[in-house]
Amino acid sequence: MRVIEAIDIGTRFGSTVIHDKVNMHIDQGEIYGILGESGSGKSLLMKEMIMLQKPSSGDMRVLEYTLSSIKYPQMQALRQQWGVLFQFGALFSSLTVAENIKLQLKEYTNISDAMCNEIVKTKISMSGLPTRAGALYPSELSGGMIKRAALARALAMDPKLLFLDEPTSGLDPIGARNFDKLIMELRDLLGITVVMITHDLDSIYSIVDRFCVLADKHVVAEGSITEVLDSTHPFIERFFKNEYAQKRLNIGVKNV
Amino acid sequence: MNETYFRIQRHGDTTTIISLGDWTLQHEPAIRKALYAIDLNQNIIWDFSNVESFDSVGMLLFITFYQQSKKKASIELVGYTQDQKRLYKLVLAHYTKESIPSRDKNILYRIGELTISSYLQFLAFLEFLGHVTASFLRYFVNPRNFRYKEIMYHIQQSGMNAIFIVALTSFLVGLVISYQSAVELAKFGADIFIVDMASISITRELGPMITAIVVAGRSGSAYTAQIGAMKITEEISAMRTMGFDPYYFLVLPRIIALMISLPLLIFFADVMGILGSAFAANMELNISYTQFFERLQEVLDSKHFYIGLIKGPIFAMLIAMIGCFRGFEVSDDTESIGSQTTASVVNSIFFVIAFDALFSVILTQWGI
Repeated sequence: MRVIEAIDIGTRFGSTVIHDKVNMHIDQGEIYGILGESGSGKSLLMKEMIMLQKPSSGDMRVLEYTLSSIKYPQMQALRQQWGVLFQFGALFSSLTVAENIKLQLKEYTNISDAMCNEIVKTKISMSGLPTRAGALYPSELSGGMIKRAALARALAMDPKLLFLDEPTSGLDPIGARNFDKLIMELRDLLGITVVMITHDLDSIYSIVDRFCVLADKHVVAEGSITEVLDSTHPFIERFFKNEYAQKRLNIGVKNV
Repeated sequence: MNETYFRIQRHGDTTTIISLGDWTLQHEPAIRKALYAIDLNQNIIWDFSNVESFDSVGMLLFITFYQQSKKKASIELVGYTQDQKRLYKLVLAHYTKESIPSRDKNILYRIGELTISSYLQFLAFLEFLGHVTASFLRYFVNPRNFRYKEIMYHIQQSGMNAIFIVALTSFLVGLVISYQSAVELAKFGADIFIVDMASISITRELGPMITAIVVAGRSGSAYTAQIGAMKITEEISAMRTMGFDPYYFLVLPRIIALMISLPLLIFFADVMGILGSAFAANMELNISYTQFFERLQEVLDSKHFYIGLIKGPIFAMLIAMIGCFRGFEVSDDTESIGSQTTASVVNSIFFVIAFDALFSVILTQWGI
């Protein structure tokens, strides 16, 4: 089943064309990566999926909704079915971590306060933070903790879809691999479909099932790592066919 | 019995609970209600083979219930899938009895905290004042540090661009006070004294005060927000590491620019305020403009004008220093930009009025 489908997406700002007929799709339960040079419109493509940006042309389908003709109540329903992890966390700075996670639960469900606290604690622990971190304000957290707290918030509503904007950037290599492992575990256990923008070769080799590569305003390759490596596009050559990437690939394959 | 989420079968002392439907987030309150209504105290077989879906919230609910009931009854779990078992293990691994510490503080703690933080802020302001003074004096040792370009830029921003709003506000205030007092003065036949009253109060008090309040709202807040944002994005730290003293680059140009532009704005406000009151006098009391300005030359002693003008640099210094200081007080979160900007405007308006009162008293005592 296709969870997300981009059909001939075009994005223009004035005379600057970012996307020209971008087509890609994401299947249920997979970890999907979006890769591309900086400025190739990766974040923009994700913003178009989560209704933060309207494409200039083409259509985006998310779950069972068509975003070009979606009505407000459906928008709100859809927004409860996904979780978004922003690159810099975007935690609400006036609320503690626990309050950040609890916000949507309080707003959208009738779950009792005691149970909300239990859920919050579970999510905090799942994302790899100690329980006492729930009482901290975002300004009191380190970079890695912010990512984890933001993941806990994204998971608060048990979403079907999880969007991650560069989840491992700014984490140390060990932390990044643990984060990868956590995402994989959540996908396996909760059946979440994960969409992530990433530059991290290790993530691409070890946890991403399929991914697309954005370059020259198009999707120049889409599929599993072996399928993408068949492409001879200059960006793919440059990104994957160098000594460093090859070395990572060997290690990555060994680990899987 | 509600059979949406489970069905109960009883055989002797054995109860079979067959879970049904969606054990998910949205259904949690209903499931909880039904679940805790079951009468336990027997042998229980719990069958999961008919559950449609489970999420972490449904599992958490099950775990909390299971942990509690396990003590009272023997529970046998059957019919679960491998996925459900793994989800169970995942949630159980993260299920914790430890609670999130509370951040609520009692009233005494908060009073103490506020007292200490106010004291520390006062010390920080003194430190800021010292830095500004030292940097200012260093300008004279090394005049090359003088930032003409920045000063000009800030004169443009805080002075030139404020002309319209200052002019409009003071014109309206001049108009309103004359208009209101015209009625009272007319009762005594003291029509012409409106010129004395309006011109002296505008040049000496109202012009400077209105200008200062407008500028505090306009530029004082901008200074706080600009410097605060630069602090959050670590631009100020970057400047420091490159050896650019933020007091030279950010604070002094703003203070000096405002000290130059505020007296000029006050002069402008005086003119506009008097025009406003001439307009009202003409409308309400039929005093012609010629009459008004002739009387103005007779009664308006130049000392009133100079007293008003001399307040300019002092108010400017207060506003700019408070604005910049509040900017440096911004901490790492976005909320503090808001609270510091509010504090900046409130403090500067308060100090402007307080200094104005002080001036009044001192000058009256001196008989000026």
